Amino acid sequence: MATTEVERRRGQLAALSIAAVVIIVGVPLWWRTTETYRAWLPVSQIKELAKLQLQLSADVEVVFARGTVTPEQQKKVPLTQTQEEERAIDEDTALRYRYETRYRTATIMEEDALNQPSAAEADLSLHTLSESPCGSLVVYVIPESSSLLPEDVNVYIGQRRTALLRIGPQMRVGKTLEQLLAHLEPRIKQVLQVMSFSHNDITAALSDRVRFSPDNKESIADSMRAFKSSPGYEITFSLLNPDPKSHRLHWDIEGAVQTYIQPLLTKLSPVANFSIDSQTLYYTMLGVNPRFDTSRSAYTLNADSLAHVINPVEARLGSNAASSNPVLNFLLYVPDAQHSPLYIQGRKKQEVPSNAFHSPRWGGIMVYNVNGFYGSEPEFPVDINIDMAKVMGVFLAQLRLLLGVQSSTPPPGFLVARCGSTGLADWELDRLMWSRSVENVATATTTITSLAQLLDQIGNIVINDNIAQQVSSAVTSLQLAVAELEAGNLGFALQYSKEAILASEKAFFDPSLLHLLYFPDDQKFAIYIPLFLPMCVPILLSLLKIVSEARQRRREKQAKKD
Amino acid sequence: HYAAAQKQAEPAVLQPTPQPKDDFQEELVVRPLHSGDIYASFQFRTLWETDFMRGNKVSHYRLFPKSLGQVISKFSVRELHISFTQGYWRTMQWGQPYLPSPPGAELWVWFQDSVTDVDATWKELTNVLSGIFCASLNFIDSTNTVQPSASFKPLGIGNVTDHRFLRYATLPREIVCTENLTPWKKLLPCGSKAGLAVLLKSEKLFHSSFHSQAVHIRPVCQDWQCKTTSWELRQTLNVVFDLHNSGQGKREWSLFKMFSRTLTEACPLASSSKIYIDITDNPEQFELSPATSLLSQAMVLGDRRTFSVYDLTQQDTFGSVRSLNLLIRWKSTEGDMLRPLLHAERYVAGYGLQTGEIHTLMYNHHPYRSFPVLLLDSVPWYLRLYIHTLTVTSKGKDNKPSYIHYQPSKDRVRPHLLEMLVQLPPNSVTEVTVQFERALLKWTEYTPDPNHGFYVGSSVISSLVPSTVAMDTNSTRERPLFSSFFPCKEESSYFVRVYTEPLLVNLPTPDFSMPYNVICLTCTVVAVGYGSLYNLLTRSFQIEEPSPGLAKRIANVIRKMRGVPPL
Repeated sequence: MATTEVERRRGQLAALSIAAVVIIVGVPLWWRTTETYRAWLPVSQIKELAKLQLQLSADVEVVFARGTVTPEQQKKVPLTQTQEEERAIDEDTALRYRYETRYRTATIMEEDALNQPSAAEADLSLHTLSESPCGSLVVYVIPESSSLLPEDVNVYIGQRRTALLRIGPQMRVGKTLEQLLAHLEPRIKQVLQVMSFSHNDITAALSDRVRFSPDNKESIADSMRAFKSSPGYEITFSLLNPDPKSHRLHWDIEGAVQTYIQPLLTKLSPVANFSIDSQTLYYTMLGVNPRFDTSRSAYTLNADSLAHVINPVEARLGSNAASSNPVLNFLLYVPDAQHSPLYIQGRKKQEVPSNAFHSPRWGGIMVYNVNGFYGSEPEFPVDINIDMAKVMGVFLAQLRLLLGVQSSTPPPGFLVARCGSTGLADWELDRLMWSRSVENVATATTTITSLAQLLDQIGNIVINDNIAQQVSSAVTSLQLAVAELEAGNLGFALQYSKEAILASEKAFFDPSLLHLLYFPDDQKFAIYIPLFLPMCVPILLSLLKIVSEARQRRREKQAKKD
Repeated sequence: HYAAAQKQAEPAVLQPTPQPKDDFQEELVVRPLHSGDIYASFQFRTLWETDFMRGNKVSHYRLFPKSLGQVISKFSVRELHISFTQGYWRTMQWGQPYLPSPPGAELWVWFQDSVTDVDATWKELTNVLSGIFCASLNFIDSTNTVQPSASFKPLGIGNVTDHRFLRYATLPREIVCTENLTPWKKLLPCGSKAGLAVLLKSEKLFHSSFHSQAVHIRPVCQDWQCKTTSWELRQTLNVVFDLHNSGQGKREWSLFKMFSRTLTEACPLASSSKIYIDITDNPEQFELSPATSLLSQAMVLGDRRTFSVYDLTQQDTFGSVRSLNLLIRWKSTEGDMLRPLLHAERYVAGYGLQTGEIHTLMYNHHPYRSFPVLLLDSVPWYLRLYIHTLTVTSKGKDNKPSYIHYQPSKDRVRPHLLEMLVQLPPNSVTEVTVQFERALLKWTEYTPDPNHGFYVGSSVISSLVPSTVAMDTNSTRERPLFSSFFPCKEESSYFVRVYTEPLLVNLPTPDFSMPYNVICLTCTVVAVGYGSLYNLLTRSFQIEEPSPGLAKRIANVIRKMRGVPPL
């Protein structure tokens, strides 16, 4: 009897030790060998970024010209005010605008500059005195009697980062400084919204993060028009000549680009890189047949049918083989001799003066009629030199729209200086940089958070070191960009936000993420079961047996005790 | 003269028009073949006076396609040659083609010497080209790319001959179809809307025995002094129609029958637009209508040929019906073709799936001249060449190559490259054999249909072949006596490139369910062994009274019945 008991005991011990070996050695070994490599990601920082607290700081300098403040007030004047405004966009995103306003009186040189005969000249000479840094503004408060501005204009916005503000008639004399400042505050804010950033712009820039519901259709169209922020753009000018038998077209695109487009792009170079090319395409047809309008003896294209114009042309345009940046297409269409002249008709049947239209986030098309070149008895083919000034004027306006350069109409009483040869005022560039920085930050945070979410959800994805590195650098750049926005360093903020977007896209679209994405569980089990099932079943059974025996023995002991 | 033509049309416009810096020409050559087939060769040439080498960023394109221009400037390409071919050119039946190309896709590129990382640029370039031409050029990688040392010299100007900047690759498996033709047609200034390109209808072009389309880009001189250079883009399309064999019976050809279109106009952008019909064998063999008085003679592939020329820029070419439908009617099937002087074949010999032997046969049909040829062979790494077994024999004797460049393969990295300069004796066959061993691939390296076999690209044979004109010394052609004694230099030899057939080699192919079977089998064996071991270790053994045997039990039953005590 004793020997059988010993024998049983030995069997139990053997089963237990085999189970122990399987659990201690086998399971970790299996776990380690089938593990996918997942590098460490800064998950907590990414989670912090998911809750975006953006603070935009703008420096405003308000300069009182002679005659706007009394000498006693002047003594108090060098003072600083800070205003903050908080807006919650949704539960994860909050915005805070911080305006730091410094008040001072004008220097003698500035007084001299303000005594120039016209506002434009004053603007220029003020600019030569001091150049304000990117993202900051100077508002000169000038007396009501000043002759710089026309009668009905209260605010003049210059080409640089300065504005002239005429003090209101109710602020003559005998008012305290507090009253004066209280009077100026809403008007300065108005100037700021035109020249630096407005809440609408910023929320539009956040559209990648936040599903916002705009008030009206027009603002949807506005927000959809501009291209998404990208580190570079390809601009392609295409001359479409559907009828090379009748028209021999010549366009001096090289010169026109140098004269009209390049200055604008040079100015925009902090925002993105641009490359320009042009091509001539022959026998390209529009997708719709223009209708003949007998009253005008001309062909017309309706506004509703314009949507169908682009598709057949686009097949011929060809994509840019050498880069993956978005392409802005500008097409100059010269209608064939049979369908000429051709006019674009607006929604209300009126003629469009520029004879051009643009397609949001795609480009612009201009129809260029050449009937005037035919002469009395045309002899085909006719040589035609295209008037590039006319064409480029239209394309430049479309380019500004598509790049998202400010286009809103200023409030009443504002006079905005005509932009000079560069085609872009400094403050317009600032405005663009503000919204582009915010947009980049928003896009990069969504990319990074969704990547983190994806990696978290699908355990099979291998995370290589280079991806982890890209993610970390994106996160660092994002944090820096947010910090720089807070500090009001617009240039650096844009730079960092661009780096963040590049790194995050690189990480998100890395091909190595796809390798083990499809590794279904049923196949895994098909491979495991032939080994695991026969090995585990006896172990489990003998463990069960041991447990049940132990329980029975205890019960017997209990019974004996009782 | 294009500019002069412009000046004439100008008086209506006051402003002077800038002289265009680019020029476009189109051309179709039709050659009736002795086999009864017909060979049509389109060439479209765009010349563009510009300088890609200088780093000017803005690029403005007129006739030159923008997509290719961007590729050239981005990847600093000096020369680019790409061809897509469906079918194999039968040299012995058809003679030499104007532009030879191997079956499948072929790409060779000379980069500018400013390129630092040629391999990376090449990889990127093939990916971009694969997008432009809708072809699988992205399958070009280091395992099928070679740098030939002598066979592919630059065809344009430029004295860079350092073959570090050359890359050559073929994809013999590539199938060419409509999706490759459409992007090719898009590169033409007139598209397929006007000019000769209206004939390029894919349903007719691909219903043929041979189809080859190519794009060649190279820098060329604008004038004979080479003061200005320009880029030349040559788009060629060669097709051999097999109308005779496709059951029509009558040997009659027309543009409409071949292309199901007729011509009505030249491309208005083309400075020259011509059709050439090879009538060297006329009028013995076929007649041509409408007849043309324009004749032209040219030395083509060492032979003096006569062509009827139709100039599409002239209105009277189209006649009163305003459309041109050329008709060629064969009169007799007689006549013999001049045998091509150089011809090559290749095949795999041997049995079993372990070893084999590649045989390359090169024929020199010249009766009394021997000439050297350059043989280029690029063999994938999974056929391991035994280079010590390389033999070159002609007329039963060992023929020692005067130059051998051999680069051994590296598994999964690069292919074998073998280049040889061999002298072919007159009227002989030279046989090059080399043995190889078939490698076992990893199971993920097999193609989706591994039992179809693996392709090995064509061998390339490049040579300067003595001219046939120089060959017939007792020529009855009307030539002044003073010119016909010594064969003149430029006609004495001509350059020919011959491609052999691609090879299809079977590799040992595993059963692809094998890994799972192996897993199952191993697991079962392990499980059985483990099970018995486990039983042995965990069971408790007891000595049990053996139960009595059957006989004993029966005996006991009987004993019980008898009342006797059991055993």
